[in-house]
Amino acid sequence: MKRLLLFAWAICSATASFAQEQNTFGGQLHGNFQLDGQLYLRDESIDPTGEFYPDERFLGQGYANFVYTDGNFSSGLRYENYQNVMLGFPEGYRGEGITYRYLQFKQDGLDITVGNFYEQFGTGMVFRSYEERGLGYDNAMDGVRIKVNPVSGLSLKAVMGRQRFYFEKSPGLLRGIDAEYNLSKELFPKLDSAGLRWTIGGSYMSKYQRANDPFLVLPENVAAGGVRTQVSKGPWSMQVEYAYKANDPSADNGYIYKDGNGILANVSYSKNGLGIIAGVKRIDNMSFRTDRNGSTIDMLVNYLSPTAQVHTYALPALYQYATQINGEEGIQLEANYKFKRNTTLGGKYGTLLSVNYSVVQSIDKDYVDPALDTLRTLQGYYSDPMMRGDIPYFHDFNVTLSKKINKKLKVNAMYLNLFYNRSVLEDGLGDESILLNPDGQKLMSGDILILESLYKVKRKHYLRTEFQHLSTKDDRGSMAMALAEYSIAPHWFFSVQDIYNYGNPDEAQRLHYPLASVVYTAGTSRFQLSYGRQQRGIFCVGGVCRVVPPSNGVSFSLTTSF
Amino acid sequence: MLFLRGAERLPVFFEYILENMKQLLTAIAFFGLFQLGAQELPSTMLKTLDGQSINIQDAISDEGPTVISFWATWCKPCIKELTAFMDYAIDLEEEVGAKVLAVSIDDSRNSARVAPMVQGQGWEYTVLLDENQDLKRNLGIVNVPFTLVLNKEGEVVWKHSGYSPGDEEELAEVVEEVAAGHHPSH
Repeated sequence: MKRLLLFAWAICSATASFAQEQNTFGGQLHGNFQLDGQLYLRDESIDPTGEFYPDERFLGQGYANFVYTDGNFSSGLRYENYQNVMLGFPEGYRGEGITYRYLQFKQDGLDITVGNFYEQFGTGMVFRSYEERGLGYDNAMDGVRIKVNPVSGLSLKAVMGRQRFYFEKSPGLLRGIDAEYNLSKELFPKLDSAGLRWTIGGSYMSKYQRANDPFLVLPENVAAGGVRTQVSKGPWSMQVEYAYKANDPSADNGYIYKDGNGILANVSYSKNGLGIIAGVKRIDNMSFRTDRNGSTIDMLVNYLSPTAQVHTYALPALYQYATQINGEEGIQLEANYKFKRNTTLGGKYGTLLSVNYSVVQSIDKDYVDPALDTLRTLQGYYSDPMMRGDIPYFHDFNVTLSKKINKKLKVNAMYLNLFYNRSVLEDGLGDESILLNPDGQKLMSGDILILESLYKVKRKHYLRTEFQHLSTKDDRGSMAMALAEYSIAPHWFFSVQDIYNYGNPDEAQRLHYPLASVVYTAGTSRFQLSYGRQQRGIFCVGGVCRVVPPSNGVSFSLTTSF
Repeated sequence: MLFLRGAERLPVFFEYILENMKQLLTAIAFFGLFQLGAQELPSTMLKTLDGQSINIQDAISDEGPTVISFWATWCKPCIKELTAFMDYAIDLEEEVGAKVLAVSIDDSRNSARVAPMVQGQGWEYTVLLDENQDLKRNLGIVNVPFTLVLNKEGEVVWKHSGYSPGDEEELAEVVEEVAAGHHPSH
């Protein structure tokens, strides 16, 4: 299969280069390439024992993607290379190889993909296969996908295959279907004349993994299903999705036989410079992997998105939230408003105000004492959805104001109040062990102030500065940060920054973390060279996070696409 | 002093670069081989904000240049770019009939946040959703922000990845050149 696909791909590429001269096929080849590397320097201040200092001294990794499309046909492949995998990335990435290749064609209303593909059902609570290369996350499917639209407004998807597990495949199989129906104008003219748009959908996913456990009768087939709907009318929009998973004892949930479920709902209003969204979420035992013994970000079948804002400023990003798949409940409110030009608050250019609040806590859990579980139900716990959980996980309240002062100057100001349960989010402690010793929790709360300005020096020359301050008594203590970036469009970009951890409770750790970078961009190619020291942190994309150890060194990155 | 410690390691770094130079050059030559002259957009389905499906080929303008800007609600440089370009977009639309498509690559959970954000930022772009990132993948895009300019024949004539302040001035110039029927000089 692998060889066959490669061969087919080679033919396609040959056709592509042939087409370039002959121009008879009209196909297109696109692709991209990325190469990252870092030379690590020994730095005893951040890493006294050398625990994080890699033996290789230099670590580098890269990949290239190629996608060829010609009318109803498309094919692609990716080559990946880790010599060796960089610090902070999952250790499973070692070596090199072709990790992704597919052929796709559309014929008689069918859309068929064989080989690797990325797909998701609804918001992904039942199934989402995706990649986040910068994070080392990739659970691409390897199998078959069929998509079809039998009648107007109805789309059906069927998938089958195994998931990627670094350079191998998951031990379990996946089989699933999804249907989404957009109530069309033709069949429902009344809805259309009322200005209503309505979509409903449902999905079913089943995994199979052989079981051979001396003590437990483990289910080999585990099913999950979900229903969803989206209704919008004028500025209003509402989305609701509910998912259910059959009993699935796993390393995540401590091999209990409880069912899982989750609900996610949003209401939003957007009109005339005002955008508001309110969401609620509750997840109970929704870890779903193609290997029941899997951990961290490996072989996840579903995606439980975080209901918290993703921060890109350096200090708030040190305490980023990640979804707790074993159970959590939370709400999120976000409002954006643009004060019009020529009003009191709007001034000459208008002012943007953005307010965000999110809070997440544990769900109610009434644990079953194993000694009293005489029938061996192994339910683990019972949860009442109407009751609140006792353990706070996270909250974030922030307000941002953005304003253009005059032709040359723009400013941004942000205030953020943060609470972060380190025992849960960093150490991964379960609710049960926290409830046994609530005083042992490592909590962090703090306030962050950020002031950012952008100054136009002259045409195509800009100076951007940031001042950030985190005030807290917990964890690493207070920090201050200053950053200056000078950009000369369209090619050059220079940046220097320093974070000073002046409030660290350990005096020896009251360190500076300076970092300098140069970036050169030409069209779609970008080369970056950086030198400096980075503190331990959590790096997150889309709510999936990985811990990055402290490091010092010279790093470079080259990306290009065509 | 701390940084000096590592200075002795620098030769290792350059050695590695030299060793790998050959492979790198081969890779670049390989890319060059496939660099096609005029590219059109691959047929790919996207969604509008009210959930309707639309092919990207039908969304672009055949009367003037089209700017396609890939962005996400969690991507700060993208938001900066779209906000900074808004001032130019209004004029370019009036003067040369340019159309701007802001294609969000947010997944379907975050895509609920797209409409409120677009309104709250006061953007007047046509916003489309690429929830499964199919168009992003078909075009070989690594990261957002990523900007393309198409001429009225629908050919991709300019591409740019990343955003630094001032890039919007460059983009506006490119759009004017394309509208005048020239190939962008940068």
